Amino acid sequence: MVNRSLEVLVGFFICLGIAAIFVLTFRVASLDTVGSGTDTYRITGQFQNIGGLKQGSAVTLAGVRIGRVTQISIDPHTFQATVHMTIDRQYDNLPEDSSASILTAGLLGEQYIGLTPGGMPEPLTDGSELMLTQSALVLENLIGQFLSNMATQQE
Amino acid sequence: MNTLLTTLTAVFAGIGRAQFFLINVLAALPAALTRPRILAQQVHSVGVMSLIIVVLSGSFVGMVLALQGFRTLVRFGAEESLGVFVALVIVRELGPVVTALLVAGRAGSALAAEIGLMKATDQLSAMEMMATDPLKRVIAPRFLAMLISMPLLSAIFSVMAIGIAGGHAVGVSLLGVDDGSYWGQIRASVEVQDIVDSLIKSTLFGFAVAWIAVYQGYHAAPTSEGVSRATTSTVVLSSLAILALDFVLTAFMFR
Amino acid sequence: MSTQPPPPDPATPTADTSLVSVRGLHFSHGQRVIYDGVDIDIARGKVTAIMGPSGTGKTTLLRLIGGQWRPGRGTVAFDGVNVHALRRKPLYALRRRMGMLFQHGALLTDLNVFENVAFPLREHSDLPEALIRDLVLLKLDAVGLRGAADLMPESLSGGMARRVALARAVVFDPDLVMYDEPFTGQDPISMGVLMRLIRDLNNALGLTSIVVSHDVDEVLSIADYAYIVAGGKVIAAGTPDALAHTEDPLARQFLRGEADGPVRFHYPAPALAESLGGLRTS
Repeated sequence: MVNRSLEVLVGFFICLGIAAIFVLTFRVASLDTVGSGTDTYRITGQFQNIGGLKQGSAVTLAGVRIGRVTQISIDPHTFQATVHMTIDRQYDNLPEDSSASILTAGLLGEQYIGLTPGGMPEPLTDGSELMLTQSALVLENLIGQFLSNMATQQE
Repeated sequence: MNTLLTTLTAVFAGIGRAQFFLINVLAALPAALTRPRILAQQVHSVGVMSLIIVVLSGSFVGMVLALQGFRTLVRFGAEESLGVFVALVIVRELGPVVTALLVAGRAGSALAAEIGLMKATDQLSAMEMMATDPLKRVIAPRFLAMLISMPLLSAIFSVMAIGIAGGHAVGVSLLGVDDGSYWGQIRASVEVQDIVDSLIKSTLFGFAVAWIAVYQGYHAAPTSEGVSRATTSTVVLSSLAILALDFVLTAFMFR
Repeated sequence: MSTQPPPPDPATPTADTSLVSVRGLHFSHGQRVIYDGVDIDIARGKVTAIMGPSGTGKTTLLRLIGGQWRPGRGTVAFDGVNVHALRRKPLYALRRRMGMLFQHGALLTDLNVFENVAFPLREHSDLPEALIRDLVLLKLDAVGLRGAADLMPESLSGGMARRVALARAVVFDPDLVMYDEPFTGQDPISMGVLMRLIRDLNNALGLTSIVVSHDVDEVLSIADYAYIVAGGKVIAAGTPDALAHTEDPLARQFLRGEADGPVRFHYPAPALAESLGGLRTS
């Protein structure tokens, strides 16, 4: 015979465990569904250097997350990185000539894609390719550039 | 040389026997689901009885991590990332691993001892003679209870370690990290995939501990010495299995 | 049958009247041969004793009859069915017709006395709770422990635990009850209680009983027929009266409890004079 207090304890334990899983999923990981739902459209962009961008990185517009990076591959002809993104369907009026740049959150933080809207009347649609892209800022290149500028100035 | 060969043969025989035993236990698992009362009893003795030790350990591990992490991060002026540090270490590694080690010591050993004693006092034989399969009545519910309890305990451990009883207490209340950036940074960096991987890890650890414990108990020599040896080897083998399995799983998950 | 000579004793069970018949049984435990060609018949409705010195595998015989272990050669038939030819399910069905009393009772330690006796009913029947309760209390009453229904096994004495186990063994009204060393370590009173119970239950419920024991006087006083097993063979068999006049020297030594006989008092060793002499010269 299982007595009543034992049943209560076991039920309490199971609920506590499940609650903990929920806390982990929603409070700690923040189940962010932007750009991962079904109601999205896909666009691509080619970058010379993506830096530390990875699958799942955010795609933002004016700092607001509107989508995510789904896939990164190499274009066999141009040898550039092709970044596939999904954008939430509610932002389906972005101008076709919008530009994308890879930005860094803070000095050493995560990298993400920031979109800057252009001025064309036609919007981006499923399968569109972003024409204007700006690569990630690579610190080593930046320092190298800075040093060579210093050298030319001193001459 | 000859003794080495004998030992090696014995080890292989043991592994082989454990495999066959596992197959029989897995075949008996559905029967355990048809006896919810017995299963509840076992979830009580495996899960509920381990709750306090898991909650306390989780809190202390979280506090220590926050203290240690803060000392290092503050040198780079990155103390706002304390939350991420604690959360990732706990969710990816320490939550599942430490919980599994605690449960192996607390519940795994008790399982092996209990089953070993039932064998030594002919209780398992008596069940067989009463036409009740001890695998279904005794072993399967305990195995399943361990499998259910482990991920739940691990999740509770993680919440305690990251949350207001652990890392958050030390980081925010004691060391003065901003509450908003503690949680904000965590949410920006911890992916749902991390949580899923963490749960998969602890479920597999639960599987390993359950397997080792019921095998050791069921195959213990039916003497008091045999039972105590089964208890000890359950803790030793479980701990080794958890750590080795953790390495393999981590290599797979976080490539 | 008619061509064979008549059996020497009318009480001798034959294959026709027996519930369990063991034929040409061979069984080894590792290197050790425990049975080397044994024929045993257990007569229906009777109490049959299996006796023998310690370590002759009397308990092994019960496990072989119950199908827990498999013989090397030979057959064990229960009510005409070869126990070891059965697959799991029919074997388990067959075991419901057997009850077994283990040496120390083997009560399930996490259940109280009532639940221990109710265990086979709960496992194998869908009887309503009220009926289970009545059945269990009746059986507990038969062993005189109805008042102990709520106790846990650890608070029972050895004799009480065996009586509870006996109630559990007969709760399904089996055809056969096997007793493994029921008298070992009992004081005279609880020994007397157990002896009376075995005899009374056998008669009242129409059971067949096998009692494995080396307590010669006790078991012979309740048995209808007895086998003495030693060295892997049956060395004597017969009614208790017939056994009292047995000619076999080993059986006589065993029955009378003589210190020296075919079973030597001394463990094999070189002669004493030699051993002591060796000491003196060194």
